[in-house]
Amino acid sequence: MDEMTPSPVLDAADQTLIMNMGPQHPSTHGVLRLLLEIDGETIVRIMPDIGYLHTGIEKTCEAKFYQQVVPMTDRIDYLCPMTNNLTYCLAVEKLLGLEIPPRAQWLRVMLNELTRINSHLVWLGTHAMDIGAMTVFLYCFREREEILRLFEAVSGQRMMTSYFRIGGVSIEPPLDFFGRVKTFIDAFPEHIDEYENLLTQNPIFVMRTKGVAFLSKQDALALTATGPTLRASGVDVDLRRDAPYSGYENFKFNVPIATEGDVYARYLVRVAELRESQKIVKQTLEGIPEGPVKADAPKVVLPDREKMKTQMEALIYHFKIVTEGFTVPEGEVYQAVESPRGEMGYYVVSDGGAKPYRVHMRSPSFANLQTLQKMCEGRLIADVVAAIGSIDIVLGDCDR
Amino acid sequence: MALEPSVTDLEQLKSHPEVACLVAWNAAAVEGAKFDHNELTIYVERTTLRGACTALKNDGAVQYDSLADVTCVDWFPREPRFDVVYHLFSTVTKKRVRLKVRLSGDDPAVGSLTSLWPGAGFFEREVFDLFGVRFNEHPNLKRILMPDNWEGHPLRKDYPVEGYR
Repeated sequence: MDEMTPSPVLDAADQTLIMNMGPQHPSTHGVLRLLLEIDGETIVRIMPDIGYLHTGIEKTCEAKFYQQVVPMTDRIDYLCPMTNNLTYCLAVEKLLGLEIPPRAQWLRVMLNELTRINSHLVWLGTHAMDIGAMTVFLYCFREREEILRLFEAVSGQRMMTSYFRIGGVSIEPPLDFFGRVKTFIDAFPEHIDEYENLLTQNPIFVMRTKGVAFLSKQDALALTATGPTLRASGVDVDLRRDAPYSGYENFKFNVPIATEGDVYARYLVRVAELRESQKIVKQTLEGIPEGPVKADAPKVVLPDREKMKTQMEALIYHFKIVTEGFTVPEGEVYQAVESPRGEMGYYVVSDGGAKPYRVHMRSPSFANLQTLQKMCEGRLIADVVAAIGSIDIVLGDCDR
Repeated sequence: MALEPSVTDLEQLKSHPEVACLVAWNAAAVEGAKFDHNELTIYVERTTLRGACTALKNDGAVQYDSLADVTCVDWFPREPRFDVVYHLFSTVTKKRVRLKVRLSGDDPAVGSLTSLWPGAGFFEREVFDLFGVRFNEHPNLKRILMPDNWEGHPLRKDYPVEGYR
């Protein structure tokens, strides 16, 4: 075993020092431990140490029925539960060859963009607070609260929504839901202006972020970065546009990119994304089609409560699905979705049974964390905090 | 989105530039291919993996410049037991391809891709940690999610889901 586990940190040269940052550090956004090799105030090397939140979700999934995996997926990344639900559902639907009704697809897009706004707001607030701008946090959480109320209205839960089901969404949203979304989304551009007024031209914020934690285009690609981290380095990739899923091809939006590759560029890209998400939600509200929210597949989708109490077949299917699950044809699928952090991919392998043979989550935080070393080499310790904030990691997503 | 039967005939799949590129590079390296659910899978011989990835990365027609994911599937008690699965993504053509390497259960080892994509490092450490597959020439192959002194590899099929081992 020894030759396989070299420990490169221990043989540091004389003038450098090894320092621990985390796992209980307020600006590591969770339980991330960083081993910093420093020369005075300058970073020589960074070794991220992760795994504190590893709960073995991939293993647990193998012991659950397909539909029982859905509630596990939103516990991975607690800031974008809907995106995780969606990716898993899309993967299984692809294996089953299920057709999803348009109304369910539009609802999924709407909620996904609200999730993106939610996640970016938490990122913006905490990132600005790390750098020293306290006020933005309060503004961001004011709007986030409203989104969480919308989630509660639609699914009964603020954070662990599990609203999407294999074959559609669980129930039709409540009557006043679209009105509430409209009120929120119409007022939202003004709120973005508020955040930008506080930060974009703020000399302290600009000094702490411009030119800090630079990541070149080549390095970003080599280190498998995705999402805003990659786009801020000048690579024009957005899976919503390049590999449309769940009906994203019906909506018009721009993909913001920047070429500077620093913390400030990543900030600009994410703020621009907030505006684009607002546009998409607006489009979904204007043209949402009527119709069912679940696919017509009685062997996979649970019947309505009302039907279950009045129709014999519905009761039988309900009993069958709950007790035995449903079988999925043999095969494998990799479904990638543009999550707020980057490429969220689910690799689902079926052996033809009622439980997935293997579920693997390719999580964006895990991959993006590797860019930290390149970003911080030769910079000061204070810049590490800005760099961690700028790649927007969620440790639950990282460790699964 | 009706289900279509998968295509596994290599001759038929040569119309895909990825398959054509690999066959032109080294026909012996391609053990098979599959087109299923609109996704292309190519089985690559174990020792030629890095060469195959280099070919796909540098070929002008496909340009697979980024590595999306590395993972593994344990098919215990089948032999060869492990499938190590690589997903490549091209930021130019926006296409994906899946490469698979079959490894035996006795000594699962394959060449590391860290020289091509340094970002493969974390993914390969994860596969090593959870499946016990070794990646030769990996610069820092140690456990990443489980504690360093953990015994066994949790995602193997002969590892129990609950209870002590």
